[in-house]
Amino acid sequence: MALLEVENLKIYYFTRAGAVKAVDDISFSVDKDETLGLIGESGCGKTTAVFAIMRFAAPPGRIVGGKIIFEGRDILTMSGEEVRLLRGQGIAMVFQAAQNALNPVMNVGKQITEVIHQHEQVTKEEAWERARKQLELVGISGDRAKSYPHEFSGGMKQRVGIAIATACNPRLLILDEPVTGLDVIVQRQLLSLINDLRAKLRLPIIFITHDLSVIAETCSKVAVMYAGKIVEQADAISLYKNPAHPYSKLLIEAYPSIKGEKGRLISIPGAPPGLLNPPVGCYFQPRCPSAMDICREEEPRMVAKDGHMVACHLYK
Amino acid sequence: MRGFAGFAIGKISAAMLTIFAIVCFNFVLFRLVPGDPARLLFGDPRAGPKRIAEMRELFGLTGSLWEQFVAYLDRLFLHGDLGFSFVHRVPVMEVILDRVPQTILLIVTGLIIAVVLGTMLGAIAGWKTGTRLDSIIITVSLGFYSIPAFILGIILMMIFSFGLGLFPVGGMYTIGAGYTGWAYVGDVAWHMFLPCGAIVIWYIGEYVILTRSAMQDVLGQDYITLARAKGIKESAVLFRHALRNAILPVVTITGINLAFAVAGVIEAETVFRWPGVGRLLYESVMSRDYPVLQGLFLMFAVAIVLANLGVDLIYGRIDPRIKVGGGQ
Amino acid sequence: MSWLLKGLQGVGKFLKLLLTSSMGRVGIVIFAIVAFIAIFAPYLRTVDPIKFGLPGNQLLPPSAEFWFGTDRLGRDIWSQTLYGSRVALIVGFTAAATTVSIGTLVGLTAGYFGGKLEEVLMRIVDFFLMLPYLPLMIVLAAVLGPSIWNIVLVISITYWPYTARVIRSQVLSIKERAFVEASRSVGASDRLLIFSEIMPNVVPLMFAEAVLMVTWAIYAEAVLSFLGLGDPTTVSWGWIVNRAFASGVIRDFLWWVIPPITCIAATILAFTFLGTAVSDIMKPGYREAKGL
Repeated sequence: MALLEVENLKIYYFTRAGAVKAVDDISFSVDKDETLGLIGESGCGKTTAVFAIMRFAAPPGRIVGGKIIFEGRDILTMSGEEVRLLRGQGIAMVFQAAQNALNPVMNVGKQITEVIHQHEQVTKEEAWERARKQLELVGISGDRAKSYPHEFSGGMKQRVGIAIATACNPRLLILDEPVTGLDVIVQRQLLSLINDLRAKLRLPIIFITHDLSVIAETCSKVAVMYAGKIVEQADAISLYKNPAHPYSKLLIEAYPSIKGEKGRLISIPGAPPGLLNPPVGCYFQPRCPSAMDICREEEPRMVAKDGHMVACHLYK
Repeated sequence: MRGFAGFAIGKISAAMLTIFAIVCFNFVLFRLVPGDPARLLFGDPRAGPKRIAEMRELFGLTGSLWEQFVAYLDRLFLHGDLGFSFVHRVPVMEVILDRVPQTILLIVTGLIIAVVLGTMLGAIAGWKTGTRLDSIIITVSLGFYSIPAFILGIILMMIFSFGLGLFPVGGMYTIGAGYTGWAYVGDVAWHMFLPCGAIVIWYIGEYVILTRSAMQDVLGQDYITLARAKGIKESAVLFRHALRNAILPVVTITGINLAFAVAGVIEAETVFRWPGVGRLLYESVMSRDYPVLQGLFLMFAVAIVLANLGVDLIYGRIDPRIKVGGGQ
Repeated sequence: MSWLLKGLQGVGKFLKLLLTSSMGRVGIVIFAIVAFIAIFAPYLRTVDPIKFGLPGNQLLPPSAEFWFGTDRLGRDIWSQTLYGSRVALIVGFTAAATTVSIGTLVGLTAGYFGGKLEEVLMRIVDFFLMLPYLPLMIVLAAVLGPSIWNIVLVISITYWPYTARVIRSQVLSIKERAFVEASRSVGASDRLLIFSEIMPNVVPLMFAEAVLMVTWAIYAEAVLSFLGLGDPTTVSWGWIVNRAFASGVIRDFLWWVIPPITCIAATILAFTFLGTAVSDIMKPGYREAKGL
């Protein structure tokens, strides 16, 4: 049994104008020794889907169907209390490197001890010691525990975020665009930190991003999302070498390589469909270079092909 | 200069400058009066020329405008002399100081209650935005806050004094009753209830609306989701994370809105005949006691500047970005 | 003059949007009633509100002849109340117009031209904002003398800085946008830029400010009249309350004071609701939320 199994998850946003199918029937799983990368354009539903694992659904969004089975239990059927106890301790999350991802009026040490006190019975001194150790773990001097978030740079704030998330030894770690918006050097440092921690703590990770190169560095498995659906799943190397779905192909081609010959920058023309009234048939069809007639009529279902799972009429 | 010390010095110097500007403005304001300032300043139209000359001396209206200004500054800063009230026949400073404590009692009590209740209600409304409770809270707050304080006072008076006879119609204590000690305190509190109530009702709306909107902003921030992702209890998220941040803009606004508190207290004191500086303002206008009027204006303006300074300094201590500032 | 047209078109769209909000509807209804009363007062069974009434008619309770009763001098309170609406609206709109005009002029100049001019103007604005508004108005009214136009002047002097601040902010943010385009094109003249880029975006804000200023102006006139600083020859709601209080007998003659305070409260509420509706409409996403 996998550590985490998401089955047929559906999350809709109910607005005055109608229901927006932000996440439409997706399934994936994460095992104890895996790192799953979830990749897709902005707005494709990856963050919404993953937030659901923590049972975060901001109104007007609602989880309308599916199962999220963590360590054998369906999170969607748990009580509010049980979910709350799971957060931070069973499953932990690190957020995007945004301005206000850390509480500005609390020093970082306290933000770490807060999660420790929440889940474990320890004395203040013990918790504080652990907080300092956590900071050291992510490469920040323990003496800075009394400092406030605004005294840190973006990259360091993200390290603090990781320190907070790993404080109670969670069994699954979710990273939501953790290096987006940081400069490349800092990105590199953070990614190598994440890799180190993963090995040291033997931590399964779900990694959300829209940047392919980041996935290449850290993930063993990849799921490609488009317009609320998963269009391809494969292990990372396979995906890079032999992308099956046209969208995956375009994503990989769009990424310029430093080596190799110079060419024009390829981008994918068009924009993702509005999810209020999605098109009939395959969602990607309007932008797909290999579109066929059937793509306009019928939605493709997931099939297995050479070790990948693909949803495309090109494969049957 | 790092951190709080630099911040404080900056704010204090700015305040001093502003106070000086107000003093100059005050001087000019009362010299712009159409007609002879002398006549105006002692308001007795029947005075003969000799009397007028005497009064000119007394009120510092001799000499050129510049000389008058210097004399004014001299009297004010070196002697704390605000002039002489012809109506009360004592120095203006004395008249004003006599009334200040009553106003402070009224305004401080009213403000504390309004701020505490207002922030609580606003936090609840912000926490539960979109619900029925929220709509009720904001509509009622908006209503109370829009209606002028003196009208609120009159309505309270009509219902509770005239109608139900629960509270006295005005004044600060029951004349002739001769209460002392705790009985006196109780008597004053009983008299204070309605004017204070008017101020609270009027002022609370501002705080509800403000805290609610600050709370809404805060709730949209990532660190709130982070707190939940740590498995923190909802109540702790509300108090330790949301409220603690939402309070910051509320403190800032208190400074700016002291002008409202002043207006409210002036209106309430006038309606309920409460013997404070607000009522004094009304009386001086009615009796054309211009020296007192001038002194009062100065006092109100300077009080606001100082109160703003106080609020700024408090804010500097509770926002770590300023307290520990000077970093990147 | 096309900027004027664009501005007015914006205002028209604005008014339609106003009707979609419940607060906006309530506000417009009350305003319509008050405006109706103000315009048609002479035809609504009123008599001269100031002329002394017949002796023996003093302090009468409401009756068939005097719908709201009479005051201490035998005057019909119904008439006073109705005519009071005229003062409220005239002072409200005139003062709002002057305040917004001065405020916009200053804010526009400061925001657009920047530099030393902006610094100087904003220092003045900030200084005035420091002064507490009610003591300021009281002192100005006392010093200038009781007349309805002095009241309008007092209100404008007190409130223009608030508008100036708001308009300047807006101009600054438009400047960010517009000038990027402008600098790309061949140097367009200041005048053209102001009228074609900035004004159309400022006019809706001016309108919103004007609504707010009407609220404050009506309040200011009411409170000043209540304190006895208003024009003793004009009948305003605040004046009625002032007379009632001064008579010392309101305890037993509440109907003297109830009509005017209800009118003041209702009118101010109406414009407050309109103001809230206006600011709701200006928030991004309003149209979508309403499904327009």
